[in-house]
Amino acid sequence: MNSFPFFRTAARNRWLAAAVVSLALTAQADNWTQWRGPLGNGVAPDVKLPTQLDAQAIAWAIDLPGRGLSSPIIVGERVFLSASSGVKQDRLHVLCFNLADGSLRWERQFWATGRTMTHEKIGGAAPTPTSDGERIYALYSSNDCVALDLDGNLVWFRGLGRDYPNASNSLGMSSSLVVAEGVLVAQVENDSESFTAGLDAKTGENRWKLDRPKKANWTSPSLLKGADGRSLVALQSAKGLAAVDVRTGAVVWNYGEGASTVPSTTVADGKLYVPSNGLTVLEPGGESPKQLWRSPQLRPGTSSPLVLGGKVFTLNDGGILSCGDAADGKRLWQLRLKGPFSSTPVAAGGFLYCVNEKGLLQVVDPSLTEGGVVSELELGQEVLGTPSVAGGSLFVRSDRKLWRIGRASAL
Amino acid sequence: MTSRSLPRLLAGLALLPFAHAEPLPESLREPVAAVRAVSAEGRGNVAAAAAWQKLAGTDAKHIPALLTAMDGANDYALNWLRSAIETIADRQRGALAESVAALERFLGDTGHSPRARRLAFELLTRADATKASALLPGFLNDPGNELRRAAVQQLADAAAAKAKAGDKAVAVGDFQKALAAAREADQIEGIAKQLTELGEKVDLQKTFGWVTRWKVIGPFDNTGGAGFNQAFAPEQGLEFSAETDGLKGKVSWRDFESKSDYGLVDFNQPFTSLKSVTGYAAAEFWSDSARPVEVRLGCKNGWKVWLNGKFLFGRDEYHRGVEIDQYRLAAQLQPGRNVILVKCLQNEQTEDWTKEWEFQLRVTDAQGTPIVSTK
Repeated sequence: MNSFPFFRTAARNRWLAAAVVSLALTAQADNWTQWRGPLGNGVAPDVKLPTQLDAQAIAWAIDLPGRGLSSPIIVGERVFLSASSGVKQDRLHVLCFNLADGSLRWERQFWATGRTMTHEKIGGAAPTPTSDGERIYALYSSNDCVALDLDGNLVWFRGLGRDYPNASNSLGMSSSLVVAEGVLVAQVENDSESFTAGLDAKTGENRWKLDRPKKANWTSPSLLKGADGRSLVALQSAKGLAAVDVRTGAVVWNYGEGASTVPSTTVADGKLYVPSNGLTVLEPGGESPKQLWRSPQLRPGTSSPLVLGGKVFTLNDGGILSCGDAADGKRLWQLRLKGPFSSTPVAAGGFLYCVNEKGLLQVVDPSLTEGGVVSELELGQEVLGTPSVAGGSLFVRSDRKLWRIGRASAL
Repeated sequence: MTSRSLPRLLAGLALLPFAHAEPLPESLREPVAAVRAVSAEGRGNVAAAAAWQKLAGTDAKHIPALLTAMDGANDYALNWLRSAIETIADRQRGALAESVAALERFLGDTGHSPRARRLAFELLTRADATKASALLPGFLNDPGNELRRAAVQQLADAAAAKAKAGDKAVAVGDFQKALAAAREADQIEGIAKQLTELGEKVDLQKTFGWVTRWKVIGPFDNTGGAGFNQAFAPEQGLEFSAETDGLKGKVSWRDFESKSDYGLVDFNQPFTSLKSVTGYAAAEFWSDSARPVEVRLGCKNGWKVWLNGKFLFGRDEYHRGVEIDQYRLAAQLQPGRNVILVKCLQNEQTEDWTKEWEFQLRVTDAQGTPIVSTK
């Protein structure tokens, strides 16, 4: 759909430069299939990104037709992104870009069937899509959910806000999707008709539907493995955390000591780092998880925790990055970044990539004695969504642009 | 879809009241029927997915027929059909140019689905942007809000340019024309603001058509949110002259008239700022005829709405936000006297942003044109 002016201009201006670097970039192509990546923890362990960022590091930047907080997901050579447009944010977009040069491969649009009212900061495309490699699945604040194959062919459409008319949040819904064992998990938790659904990934039909606490919830589900190797999904809420069998919706275990409704649980090294009473670390096993430690000092803000190299990192809304020992929760150091922050940091090559609401991307070297910012890149637009990592690059989106950061010359 | 329901759907397709229906090829009738049969909770998705492949693989010359097939389709099916048409249009980009005349004809027939016509306009824009742009002013009073909105904006922008150039008389005239055509709150407010800046008075209450004359009663209990499911006396029968047991003694109905530009019925005014309470408001609404309407509500408290004793909808969300026309409830007016009953609940929160215990309500047609009580 390059005939659209907003794509045509951007593509023409950057085609030549992108073509030059594309070979080097695509050689490192890999997948980033959901919010915080394939492991769901924000870490790209075997990827090296540039650490000294400047304007030259931007491989391409593409104008977008709609708003969104959702992260891009990357499957092979394709970058998928959701967006919403219109004064009521009721036009829902799924966009597919070529990873190499950012040119638009295809776009599909849908009309929202559920309520689209949100807080100004959230908008219609807050949840991040996911992919099982065959299809991509996109969910919106209106609770409309769409499955497309990688070429943009519609596989199914569900209007969960239409099916269950009190399932909405007037501030907006933001829980991202996860998919495992042929089941797509959509967490549709709110003050009224609150549930989480397991949808058949092939047909969109309900496999299961689980009543959940009647309380607004912006957290996202996290996948983990149960004792028998089956896939579990951790559903966080104000009441705590429930581990649910992805295939059946049965609750396997429950942690009931309360949790935040904004930052989400991170699963790393078989443990769950739960934004609960500060930060609480659980080790699953048996009928209830074992609490390993709890640290009020490591309480995250809007950003979710990140675990890297035996350390746990949390970021508050103002920009204080706290580093703790992942073994016992002891706080090791704090570093003041330039805030404020809504997005969650990601890690690659041992470095943290943190982008604040003003669009300032800050690269942190956590191996320094008390951490340190090694470079910054000003993107010049408000950024509220979490970056993605693939193809040796970092992908960041705003309401108006999608950037690929990671030119070959900067590596 | 069952084998028994398919023939009925096909027959139904043939009988759809298409004023200027583009002929649907025989080969597409069954796939179209399958896609139109999708319904809640993914019912029909499996058959629709197979049918969608056939539709998306068809030739671009059938796009007008597929647009016609959107007439009367439910919101799920509209999205299935839209994506099939988009897919065809992407695959055969050059062929759209050959459909310009058919797309124009389709757009000209306001009997078609508003969403299908909007999609036709987008396709026409891709095929011939100049021709599409030239059609825009003609949509000022269009029955489709997406097309109408674009025309209203074009006129309002032109009026703003006239105002900036110092041509006040033309600017005011065009703004007033745009205001009369506007149906969406943000456009109404934006145009009204510009008219006010030009020294013109705008009666926002009348423009939106709020229901402003109510009788209210309260407070009743809502401790722990339990009032939402408790049917207090007003739900059991409206006796406006009778006293009933309230939270702290006998309560009775009293008149309340909203003076707000936004028609707010503020329970804090008659009852003071209370917490964990329930109030009711009732209004007579007179109609010359039986007609379908939308009861449009804005409310950040818990609420329920009835029309003539029939429950329309309710929601137990508190203090997450409010906007004009936040909830659109399909309803049916009867000729003569109708009674709207609103239950509005306040919870126990004490933060500054939880003071409001209020709602706004208007009656409109499906497009948002205000319908006012005839008495």
